[in-house]
Amino acid sequence: MLSLAAVSAGYGSFRALFDVSLDVEAGEAVGVIGPNGAGKTTMMRVISGLVPMDAGAMTFDGRSLDGLSAHRIVERGIAHVPENRRLFPRLTVEDNLRIGAFIPQARAKIAERMAWVYDLFPRLKERREQLAGTLSGGEQQMCAIGRALMSGPKLLLMDEPSAGLAPLVVQQVFDLVRRIRAEGLTVLIVEQNVQQVLEVVDRAYLLEVGRIHLAGSSAELKNNDLIRRSYMGL
Amino acid sequence: MDIYLLEAVINGLLLGGVLALLALGLNLIFGVIDVVWIAYADLVMCGMYAVYWLHVAGWPLWAASLAAIAGVAVLGVLVHVLIIAPVLRAPPINQLLATGGLLFFLQSFTTLLFGTDFRNIGVRLPIIEMGDIFISFARLLAFGFALVGAVALYVFLKRTYLGVAIRAISQDREIMGLMGVDQRRIYLVTSLIGGALAGLGGCLLVLQYDVHPFLGNTFGPLIFMICVLGGLGNMIGGFVASFIISQIISIGGYYYSTEWAYVLAFTLFIVLMFIRPRGILAR
Amino acid sequence: MNPPRAINPLHVAGIAALACLIALPFVTPAYFLHIVIQILLWGFIYTAWSIMGRFGFVSLGHGAFMGVGAYVPALLWNYEGVTPWLGIPAGVALSVLLAVVIGYPCFRFRVIGHYFALVTLALSEVVLRTITAARDITGGSLGMTQKLAGHSWYALQFPDKRYFYGIALVVWLGGLLVWRWVDRGIEREALEAISEDEEAAASLGIDVMREKLRVTVVSAALTSVGGSLFGQYLAYLNPETVSGIAVSLQIVFAAIAGGMYALLGPTVGAFLTIALNEGLRVWFGTNFIGAANTIYGILLILFIIFMPRGIMGVIENLRMPRRAPAPAPAE
Repeated sequence: MLSLAAVSAGYGSFRALFDVSLDVEAGEAVGVIGPNGAGKTTMMRVISGLVPMDAGAMTFDGRSLDGLSAHRIVERGIAHVPENRRLFPRLTVEDNLRIGAFIPQARAKIAERMAWVYDLFPRLKERREQLAGTLSGGEQQMCAIGRALMSGPKLLLMDEPSAGLAPLVVQQVFDLVRRIRAEGLTVLIVEQNVQQVLEVVDRAYLLEVGRIHLAGSSAELKNNDLIRRSYMGL
Repeated sequence: MDIYLLEAVINGLLLGGVLALLALGLNLIFGVIDVVWIAYADLVMCGMYAVYWLHVAGWPLWAASLAAIAGVAVLGVLVHVLIIAPVLRAPPINQLLATGGLLFFLQSFTTLLFGTDFRNIGVRLPIIEMGDIFISFARLLAFGFALVGAVALYVFLKRTYLGVAIRAISQDREIMGLMGVDQRRIYLVTSLIGGALAGLGGCLLVLQYDVHPFLGNTFGPLIFMICVLGGLGNMIGGFVASFIISQIISIGGYYYSTEWAYVLAFTLFIVLMFIRPRGILAR
Repeated sequence: MNPPRAINPLHVAGIAALACLIALPFVTPAYFLHIVIQILLWGFIYTAWSIMGRFGFVSLGHGAFMGVGAYVPALLWNYEGVTPWLGIPAGVALSVLLAVVIGYPCFRFRVIGHYFALVTLALSEVVLRTITAARDITGGSLGMTQKLAGHSWYALQFPDKRYFYGIALVVWLGGLLVWRWVDRGIEREALEAISEDEEAAASLGIDVMREKLRVTVVSAALTSVGGSLFGQYLAYLNPETVSGIAVSLQIVFAAIAGGMYALLGPTVGAFLTIALNEGLRVWFGTNFIGAANTIYGILLILFIIFMPRGIMGVIENLRMPRRAPAPAPAE
C-alpha cells in the first residue's frame, strides 16, 4: 500500500535519512522503532509531505507521492497524528475534529464520521465543547487520533503516541491502536516504547542514525538479541 | 446629563462601529498571515473613490457599493500575491515596509488619477431627531452595516470549514497541511475578506467624509493603534478598543478639540502599551 | 619622518569628491544648489535614522524628532525672539527627552518588531496632532512662517543659498563622522550582539539598556538638528512636511533603499529619492502631480522585495562577495 524506495531527506545541509526503504501492506500495522534522533519523525514528515524528499521514491496505492504538498497527501488518504499531538489548544474539541474533515471528500461525510469518532472515544463526546488545551494528556491523544480519523484515511501515521503520558495512559493508548486496527485501518506507528509497540504491530523496522538496520515480524524482533538488549532492557 | 455630551457619546459609539469593522479586517490579516498591512487605510480610501466615481457615473448607491467592495477585495488579493507572498519569509519589519511602499503608491496613484481635491459624494441623508438629540442617518447606517459585517464575519469564522481553519492557523501554522489545508489558499481567502472589509468600510465612510488621496494618513494610524491596543490578532480585544478610542476622540473633541483628543488617544495608547503590552484584554 | 603610505584610491576619490562639493556653490545655478542642499539635509536625517535602524530598531517615530526640531526653534524665534543658536539645542533637548521617555520603556518591556514600529509611529502622530491642535501658536495645518531678518547669523537666515549649502555640508559631514564613530566604536559590537541575541549579550556583561538608549538618543538628537536646519532653510513649516506617518515612512524607506549598513547608504537614498522626484517632476511636468511618487512607491516595494540591504548593500556584496551578510533588519 505504502512503499518507500531508497528515500533520503534532511533539513538544509543536514541529512537525517539515508536510503530508507519500507513497505506497508493494506490492513497491516507496522512499527518503526529506534533511539532518539534516529530520524523516525523525519521519516513520518517526509511521508506526509512536510519535509521534501532529496532522493528516492514514494508510492501509495500504486501512485507516486513525489513532490506532493501536505494537503494533497491528506486527500490521497494518509492521515498523520503528529508528535506531541499538536492540537489547536484554543479551539474546542469539536472544532479540532471539524478541521480534521477539511478536505472536500471528508466534508460530505462529517456527521457520520463525527458519530464514529465519538463512538470510539466517548470521552471526547463528553468534552466536545471544551477547549482542547484543557484536556488531559490521554484525552488529547484521543482527540489527535480522532482528528486524523475525520479525514477518512486508509493509512494512519502515528508519531510517538505514548510520549509524555503516564504509564496507565500509555496502556490505554495502545488499546486505542488495537481498536483502530479493528476498524480496518492500516497503521504505521513510530515508537520508542519498543516492548509495548511490538505487542500491537505485525512487523517492525529498526531505524538507527537515519538507516534501516533490521526488519522483521514482531515475534522475530521480540526474540532478537540486539533488540532485547538495547531497546527492551532485557 | 448634558445633552451635547450625550450626543458626543452617541456619535462616538457610531464612529466606533466603523473603526471596529476596519480593526477586524486588519486583525484578521495579522492573525492569519502574521503581517501588518500598513496601507490598510489606503485600501479603504480606494473603496471610497470607487463608490464616489461609480455614483458620479450614475450607478445607484447600492450597486456602486457592491462593486467597490468586490473591487477592494480583489485589490486585497493582489496585495497578497504581489507584495506579501514574496516577502513572507523575510523579517516581519520588511513585510511592514513593503506595504508601506504600497501606501506611497496608492496615495500618489490616486493623486495622479483624481488630483488632491476633497470630493464629497453629495448624497444627502436625513438627520434623525430624538428629543433634543440630533443623529446623522449616515452614521447610524454606517454603524448598522458595520455591525452586520462584524456579525457576518463572526458567523463565517464559527460555522464554516474555512472559518475554523482561519481560527486554527494562528495557533499552529505548520501542521495545517496535515489537516488537508492549503495554507496559500487560506492566505488568499483572508486577504480577500480583509480587502472586502476595507471596501465595506470605504462605502460607509464615503457617506460621512470627503475623500482625498491622503485620507488614509488621518485614520490609518488610528486603526493600527486600535489593533495593537486590543492585542494584534485578538478580534474581540480590537472590538472593545475601537469603542474606547472612539469615545476618547468624541468626548475629548466635545470638551477640547478633535485634534487634542487625538493627541490624548495616541498618548494613552503609548502608556497602555507599556502597562499592557499584549493588549487590554490580554490575560 | 613617517614612512610613505600606500595611496588608497578610495581616499583620493573621497578627497576629490569633497573638493568638488566645496567648489559646487560657485559654479552652479541656484536651482541646482537647492536640490543639493535638500539631498545633504535629508541625507543627514536618513543617516541619523540608520544609526539606530541598522541595529534592528526600526523606528517610525523619527517624524516626531524632526517635527520637534523644526518647530521649537521657530516658535522660540517668532514669539520670544530667541536665537536659533539656543532654539536648536532646546529642540534637541526636547527630542532627546521624548526619545528617552519612549525608548526606555520600550527597551525595558521588550517592545520589539511590529510593536516597536507602531509605538514609535504613535509618538510621531502625537507630535503631528499636537502641532496641528495648537493652531493658535503654530498656525495648525496651514503652517507657519518664520519672522524674516534678512541676512543674519543671529537668526540663522540667509537669502543666499550658498550659506545654507555650507552649513548643510558641514552638518552632513558631521553626521557621517558620528555614524562612523558608532560603527568603529565598541558600541557597534555590543549592539550587534544585542540585535542578534539579547540575553547572550547581557550575559557577556554588556549593559544592554545603556547601549540601546545611547544610539536612540544620538539618533533622535541628530534628527532634531536636521529638522531644525530644514525649517531654517525653508523658513516655512507645515506639520505634514516635517512630522507624521508620511515623513516617518519616507525616512525609513530612503535609508533602506540606499542601504543602512553602509556609511554613504542613507545619502545615496537621499540622492536617489530627491533626484528621482525632481527628475520625474521635470519629465512629467506639473500636470501629473503624483506620477513621481507613484513610481517611487513601486520602486520601494521592489526594493524591499529584491534588495532589502539597499543599493550600497548590493555594491558592497559585489566588492566583498565572501563577507558574511550582516543581519537583515530583524525584529
